[in-house]
Order: sequence, then structure tokens, then C-alpha cells
Amino acid sequence: MWSKQWKSVVGLEIHAQINTESKLFSGAENKFGGPTNTQVSLFDAAFPGTLPVLNKGCVEAGVLTALALRCTVNKVSKFDRKHYFYADLPAGYQITQQRQPLAVKGYVDYCISDKNNFQTKTANITQIQLEQDSGKSLHDEKDKISLIDLNRCGTGLMEIVTEPDFSDGTDASAFVKELQKILQTIQTCDCKMEEGSLRVDANISVHKPGERLGVRTEVKNLNSIKSVSKAISFEVKRQIELLENGGVVENETRSFDTEIDETVPMRDKEVKTDYRFMPEPNLPPLHLFDNESVKTVASKISVINIDDIQQKLPPLPEDTRKRLEQQYCLKRRDVAVLVDNSGLVDYFEEVMRLSPTTNAKLVSNFIINQLLGVLNDKKFTIHNCPVTTDDFGRLIDLVQTEEISYSTSYKVLDEMFEHPNITPEDIVEQKDWRQISDTQVLTNICEKVLEEHPKIIAKYRKGKLKYLHTLVNKAVIDSNNKGNPRILKQIMEDLLDNK
Amino acid sequence: MQFTKLTCRLWFQRVSRHNKDFCSKVPKTPKWEEVDHTRIPNVPHIDQEMINHLERVSLVEFNNQAGIERLSKAIESANKLHMVNTDGIEPMESVLEDRMLYLREDKVTDGRCKQEVLSNAVKTIEDYFVAPPGNIPLKTKERDYGSNSKGS
Repeated sequence: MWSKQWKSVVGLEIHAQINTESKLFSGAENKFGGPTNTQVSLFDAAFPGTLPVLNKGCVEAGVLTALALRCTVNKVSKFDRKHYFYADLPAGYQITQQRQPLAVKGYVDYCISDKNNFQTKTANITQIQLEQDSGKSLHDEKDKISLIDLNRCGTGLMEIVTEPDFSDGTDASAFVKELQKILQTIQTCDCKMEEGSLRVDANISVHKPGERLGVRTEVKNLNSIKSVSKAISFEVKRQIELLENGGVVENETRSFDTEIDETVPMRDKEVKTDYRFMPEPNLPPLHLFDNESVKTVASKISVINIDDIQQKLPPLPEDTRKRLEQQYCLKRRDVAVLVDNSGLVDYFEEVMRLSPTTNAKLVSNFIINQLLGVLNDKKFTIHNCPVTTDDFGRLIDLVQTEEISYSTSYKVLDEMFEHPNITPEDIVEQKDWRQISDTQVLTNICEKVLEEHPKIIAKYRKGKLKYLHTLVNKAVIDSNNKGNPRILKQIMEDLLDNK
Repeated sequence: MQFTKLTCRLWFQRVSRHNKDFCSKVPKTPKWEEVDHTRIPNVPHIDQEMINHLERVSLVEFNNQAGIERLSKAIESANKLHMVNTDGIEPMESVLEDRMLYLREDKVTDGRCKQEVLSNAVKTIEDYFVAPPGNIPLKTKERDYGSNSKGS
């Protein structure tokens, strides 16, 4: 009942580790899972006298990301210090971009699909800023100590802040999925949430329509798509129940416990954080150029041209979806599945290239409904799929020309996985799976079925049309699943009408 | 921040008055201006809550009443900067703000110096730094800050 009276509002802050060789301000290696404290420079460990030197690769990745998210890139951006004390932040401050970030005001189109619903939505991006990651703490509860590894300390992050444009967990997680795909396409972040290279914080509040926004809570460090969805759903429900029972939502930071699927208050929460932001004195502002302004610079060292980077922007998932829709007249829902799974679009287009006469809808259906399932069952991916695009296209041709039935094609595909060297035609031949389309043979089968089931005929004649299918199915079974269902249905109808 | 505004202001005045010898930013003779104390913003009341907050964010203990007085004096002194007219002057954040920011090529050139990195650690376990668990609140010691700080 209550769910209709409340409206939930969700905004996201996403931390994406930049996919570079070295760190944001130091030349230490930037790789996941290195031996403890080996990928640390003296700057990362905040030794006195060390200074930050900005990584060109990180800025280029940030600009490319900003362009992919349709942001306006600031020609001048600035760095700030954000102070707080924590053992995995040796300097006592994080270098970030608080006042003038790298880019502002962008948007992302994304698809939400569940069983009943399929729609395209737009989320607005507030800003993208470059900042340092912190080290990692391992908490030893028993001995009451924290173990600190600084390998991650100083890794470049892009903090992507969205407007509060999401309505619930499903909505927000669909956006994160799309963002993941975009960043993977442009290769600025590997987006391995399980390794922490993409982390999501969600700001959540509820209010009644027409009233002011409610007090929000922040759920930090969501590290899977499922957690994003579940944590937000739980938090919305918790806040509504709290308010319904006369309580108040506290403005607090919470974390998501994946064991119980609930959000819990963070243990070391502070009353009011005072980050004492100040301009980073060791880094002058970052200037970026375009084709026009680049002419005014004498030396090309340290120069980044936004227009050059724009040229490098590959087609994004939404571009690919739109192209496939138009080029092959496919449904958006199907196109979304193809684009969602890495490698499927290439496979699809290769099949279409090799046999252009094949029905594109049939090909995409086969890939989505058959190939994906078999790949999963047999623990393959599309990248090491033993069935070549050539053989796959020929399998579909067999169905299109009614040489084999749709249901037989499942069995053929299965065989093709087991014996990649045998063509689909040979498999059909060897197994004697060819479909019977001979009308005389099929008419005989249908007549026999009708003789055996006078009661079903009677029901059909009373106007219950679904009994036609019952009769056709029986004929299919009688033909050892080899009779062409389309022709069988036709013959059956003719026979019934003429009797 | 306020200090840089002042520096900026002095420099600005100097340039506008003596356009020819602006290479020197230091006035030739010391200048004194009496500050009208009634126009300086008041020093805020420093209560226990404020002390706790400041001690926490600065990791400095004020220790006693004398420390609080020193802090009040420092605030009063800093407040004098409010007397400088900075209208229409963009704050200067760094003397390097018009310079190009040098950008390094993305190559691994550093790190792999575990020994040095860990050399200042009080305690290590298997190459990890050992730290106290989480954020532990500053120990609350019984200290005398005088009667006027017993605020909210």
C-alpha cells in the first residue's frame, strides 16, 4: 500500500580506477594484486620533500571518458587537497578536484529491461573529477590492529557524479551496467567490480510526491551490480518503514552487508566531517587545448588537445544499438542483449557478412536463445566458441529453408559443439534429422492421428481452437519429431475443415 | 587564502602606482597603517565542542587555558586581514598559476622500494604497516581549559 505514497530519489557517485600503467601523481606501477607495499613510491608513502607529477595518460583517459559521457570538458581545471585522517592515507589528505573539476554536465542513455518492461532512459552527469585512490586496510578484529598495504595508494580515479535521476535500485543498477560497458569500450577502466576497480556510492532519500526531498543517507562501497540494486531497494524500504512508524531518517553513512542483504550504519561514523579543502599548492591549474587554442602553444610537451581525443572516441554501446536497429531492423530488446554480451555483436555481424541472405532476426534469435545458452552450459564464451560463424550461419540456413525444424536445430547445435569439424549438413545427414516436408507422408500421419482421437476433434468442432495445436503436436510426435510443424498444421486444418 | 589575497593586493597596488619598477614587489620603506579594531570581526567563543573539533582535525592539543588564549590571539591577528579591500581581485592560489602544468608520460619509473617505504614504520607484519583499528577517537583526557570554555 505505502509504496504508492512514497517516491524514492537516488543519485550515484562512482569511483572508476583509471586503466594506466602508472599512478596518478607517481611513477609507481598501477596493477591489481602485486606483492604488499612493492608498488609504492616515496611520494605515495608521503615522504617529506616528495612532489606530485601528473600522469598524462590519466588526463587523456579522463578527457576520453568525459567525451564518452557527453560532458563539457573544462579548459582549465584545478586540484585541491581534501583532508582526513586514516591509516591508508599517509599524506593526511587526498588530492582531488573539488572547485573546478575536469568536466561537467553530461548525460548517458541506458536501457532498463526486466520481464515486463523495456525502456530507454537518460541520466545526467554532474561532473567528472580526477583524484587519488587510498591504500587498503585489512582489519584484524581479534588482535585489534589494521594492516596497511599502500599498493593502491595514489592510483588514478575518475569520480563520476550523477544527478539524483534514478528512481530505484533496478534503475540505478541498469545505469551502472551501461557505464561499465562504456568505460570498457573506451578502455579507460577495466570495471572489475570484484577487484574494486569500479565502486559505487549511492545517495538515497524518500519523500511524498509534491513535498520536499527527504533526508538522504549514503550507502558506500557497493562492489557488484547486484549489491547496487539490492542495497538501494533495501535502503528505500527501510526509510519508508522508518517514516511510516513516525521515525526520522538520519543523515548518515551506511555500508551494505552482503551476507544479510541489509544496509548497516558505518562503525566509525563521524559527527560532521570537516575536510578543510584547500587549493593544492604543488600543482598549477591543468590547461587543456582544442584545435584553435593549440596553435598558440610553442611546445607540444604536456599539451593535450581535446579535439584529437574526440577523434579517438570509438562507437559507444548506444551508437551500436542504434546502428543495429536500423541496419538489420532488429528489435531494441534483442539488440540490447547482443550489445550487453561482449563479442556477440561481432559474431552476429560476421554471420551476416558470410551469409547476407539469412534473415537477421532469425540470426539474432538463434544467438540469443540458443547459442548463449549452450555457451553457458558448456562453459565457453563467445570468444572461444568452437562453432565457427560460417557453420553457425549454415545451421540457420537449414532452418530457414525448412531442411530441419527449429527444435531439431538445438540438437544440431549441441552436436556442433561436440564435433566442431563436422558441418551442420553432415550432422543432419548422419543423424537422419532431416525434416519431412513431403505432403503425402504428412497427410498419412495426420489422418492416422484424426482416426485415433475423435473426442479431440469433437472439442475442436465446438469452437475450442486450441485443440488444433493438440492434434498437430500429436502428429509431430508420431513423425518422430521430424514432420514439418508448419505443413502439418496446414494439412490438419484442411482435413478438419473438409471432413 | 586570506594571506594570498593580501599579497595579491599589495602587489596590485604597487604595480598600479609604480608601473616602471614593478620588478620589485617589496615596498622601499616600511608602511604602517593603524587598524580600526572596532571593524575587525569578533573572535568566536571557543567552547569545549570547538576545542574537541579543532584538536581532532589538527591533531594538536591545546593543553591548557594559555593555549586557548594563544588561539584567540591568533584568530584576532588573522582577522585583521579582513580589513584589506580585495573587491574585484581574483584570489591567487599559487605563484605558478599561469605556468603550464608539466605532464609525465604514463610509464613505470618508480616504486619497488619496499625496504625504504617501510623503513619508518614502528611496526610491520609480513610487509604490511601495522596501524590501530579504524578511526579511534582522540583520548579524552581530563584537562583544565578554564571556566569560560565550559560551553554546550
